[in-house]
Amino acid sequence: MKKQISILLLLLFCSINFYSQDTLKEIKVQSAQKSLQKSLKLTANTTLLSNKELLKAACCNLAESFETNPSIDVNFSDALTGTKQIKMLGLTSPYLMITEENIPSVRGASQAYGLSFTPGTWVESIQITKGAGSVVNGYESISGQINTELIKPIKDILFFLNAYGSSDSRFELNTHFNRKISDKWATSLFVHGNTRVLKNDMNNDGFLDNPLAKQVNILNRWQYTNAEKGWVSFVNFRYMNDKKQTGELNFDPNRDKLTTNYWGSEINTERIDISTKIGYVYPDMPFQSIGFQNAFNSHNQESYFGLNQYNIKQQSYYSNLIFNSIIDNTMHKFATGLNFTYDKYEEFVNVADYSRADNSVGAFFEYTYDNSDNFSIILGGRVDNHNRLGTFLTPRLHVRYNPWEKGVLRFSAGRGKRSANIFAENQQLFGSSRNFEILNSGGKIYGLNPEIALNYGLSFSQGFKLFNRSGDVGFDFYKTDFQNQVIVDLYQSPQKVLFYNLNRKSFANSLQVEFNYELAKHFNLRTAYKYYDIQTDYLSGNQERPLQAKHRFFGNLGYETQLTEKEKQWKFDYTLNWLGKQKLPNTISNSMIESFPEYSPSFSVMNMQVTRVFSSTFEVYLGGENIGNYKQQKAILGSDNPFGTTFDTSIIYAPIFGQMYYAGLRFKIK
Amino acid sequence: MKNLILAAVVFLAGFSMQAQEKSNKNSKYVIEVNGNCEMCQSRIQKAAYSVSGVKSATWSIETHQLNLILNEEKATLLTVKTAIAKAGYDTDEVKSTVESYDNLPGCCQYERK
Repeated sequence: MKKQISILLLLLFCSINFYSQDTLKEIKVQSAQKSLQKSLKLTANTTLLSNKELLKAACCNLAESFETNPSIDVNFSDALTGTKQIKMLGLTSPYLMITEENIPSVRGASQAYGLSFTPGTWVESIQITKGAGSVVNGYESISGQINTELIKPIKDILFFLNAYGSSDSRFELNTHFNRKISDKWATSLFVHGNTRVLKNDMNNDGFLDNPLAKQVNILNRWQYTNAEKGWVSFVNFRYMNDKKQTGELNFDPNRDKLTTNYWGSEINTERIDISTKIGYVYPDMPFQSIGFQNAFNSHNQESYFGLNQYNIKQQSYYSNLIFNSIIDNTMHKFATGLNFTYDKYEEFVNVADYSRADNSVGAFFEYTYDNSDNFSIILGGRVDNHNRLGTFLTPRLHVRYNPWEKGVLRFSAGRGKRSANIFAENQQLFGSSRNFEILNSGGKIYGLNPEIALNYGLSFSQGFKLFNRSGDVGFDFYKTDFQNQVIVDLYQSPQKVLFYNLNRKSFANSLQVEFNYELAKHFNLRTAYKYYDIQTDYLSGNQERPLQAKHRFFGNLGYETQLTEKEKQWKFDYTLNWLGKQKLPNTISNSMIESFPEYSPSFSVMNMQVTRVFSSTFEVYLGGENIGNYKQQKAILGSDNPFGTTFDTSIIYAPIFGQMYYAGLRFKIK
Repeated sequence: MKNLILAAVVFLAGFSMQAQEKSNKNSKYVIEVNGNCEMCQSRIQKAAYSVSGVKSATWSIETHQLNLILNEEKATLLTVKTAIAKAGYDTDEVKSTVESYDNLPGCCQYERK
């Protein structure tokens, strides 16, 4: 702790030094683009992360890009796959709608690793909406929506190179190429590769802390723009191949695959995406437009975890037609249209065949009233017909009111419905000796019923000026009430995981209090306290959700020096996350040495980064993750006997790897 | 499914036909309105929207330009200008009365030409 404080003080002093140097120079007036933008005028509680914000955490993909933002909690990866899971309002990513340019992207088979399949350098911006989202993209979102916009070929720079290397032996290379073919056509080619080459075992349990990995990810996009006639169009082709190997240090897949020589696992995923988008804006009526999106993807995961084999192939087609216009005037806008989704799954858990085909067709209508001053409301509804979920309505409501200057009050409510892909979403549990048991048999999805939840939220934010520096303070409160939920029960026995329909009550309440302030010029503080009360009626009675801290604290300090005339700059960033105790799955019936206490200890994790911008074309960065070196001491239960009954790699509440340092560079040709 | 697509196509085609036929339903005008602040912006736009037939009205604080899209079968540019003048703001053709100018909130008391 002393060490942590001294580092913090050091950072603070450095910043003050830089600041005092800075003031001596000539002041150039420049409107600073904020990296996190929260609008007072948007109806929904949406935060926009610009690509500037994404640079604050240099590594590496979408899953890791939320570390400097309090709305989303990034969890620690399980001991096996090295993938970071995210949570919003205390609910895991299956309860979020994750879209890429408004096309649902992380869903079904890609739920567990999907966020790690979008490299961070491809991203232009991310919009995070808390609570019930819009009805336009579908009915599945329950606790929020995350939409990612990728770099547009028309706005892209000629060439971009990013190289990255870290002390956990992970290397990444990103190259972007762009060509403007005519005044209407432009194309970009993004090539990403990453690899982890060395086996690391910092906690000496005989198991890799991070998987060996290899990923190739290529995206080619084409953009057509004809502003005069009002047309814009995108065509994207994408190929991704990801290979991971993990397990015991001595595990050699060629020799030991599916044997009991050593415990090991391989997860290989291949993915193809093709998507198109056509948009037309009526030239004489800029408020009226038509959009038509189509996406096809094929996702094929072949994997084994010790003796457990899990293979899933999903082929999907998604189509969305949307018409935007006004009623009388632009104070009354509406969007209406149709969606169609088709999913074909070939899913095998060992020898059990869960293959199936799902399809749904739906129509939506969303009305927006905005008095162009201090009040707006979005009222949306959709009707869907799904072969397993039936025919159902999805209503959503968002209201915004500005009672006075710089104050904004928001309310939202909505319903969401989805089918839980229990194996794909919980595949970290394959890395254990737990038996998977489904207790219901009457439902249409693995014998289980669809999940249905209502979400309500209220938020208030107030901007202020203090000592001539601006800041804001606010809170939000959200409640998710499950009418039905597929319970993943880890309390019954450490040898089992049970899946069953909710019998009585399940809810998730979350409260976030935020305080943000500009401490000095270009020196910004962000803080948030988060309280989660998530309770479910399990077979063993009412319990809090496992691996969820009730109290969390988030702090971020960002400092930038003034951009010099030669466009040189220093940037510093520091993030602190404190997590209170978390309830752990029940392992009491195991022997003392192979069990966890009821609660984990509380702890904090700190990340920091320094970027040196040498010019508008070249910059380098250096950073550390978990610089306080906090580690979960016992990560894998039964690691001495991985084919025994107490083996479990899934109970991870803290980082396993300890401190990690990285460095990278960015090179641009404009 | 086929029927749905057909219905959608007919629906959309209907809209675009309508748009082509009656172009004076979407006449565009840019007029200068005297004002100075954010409060003015919301008051000017509100005044423009109060005229039935005004589809879109956006006023810029920097340029003092009001961009209008107007259905000329329902309203004329003059009625819009009159409504704006009534709210206290001067345009080229119609000036507001001393009374309505004096009724403006303090921050909106722009310099009259």
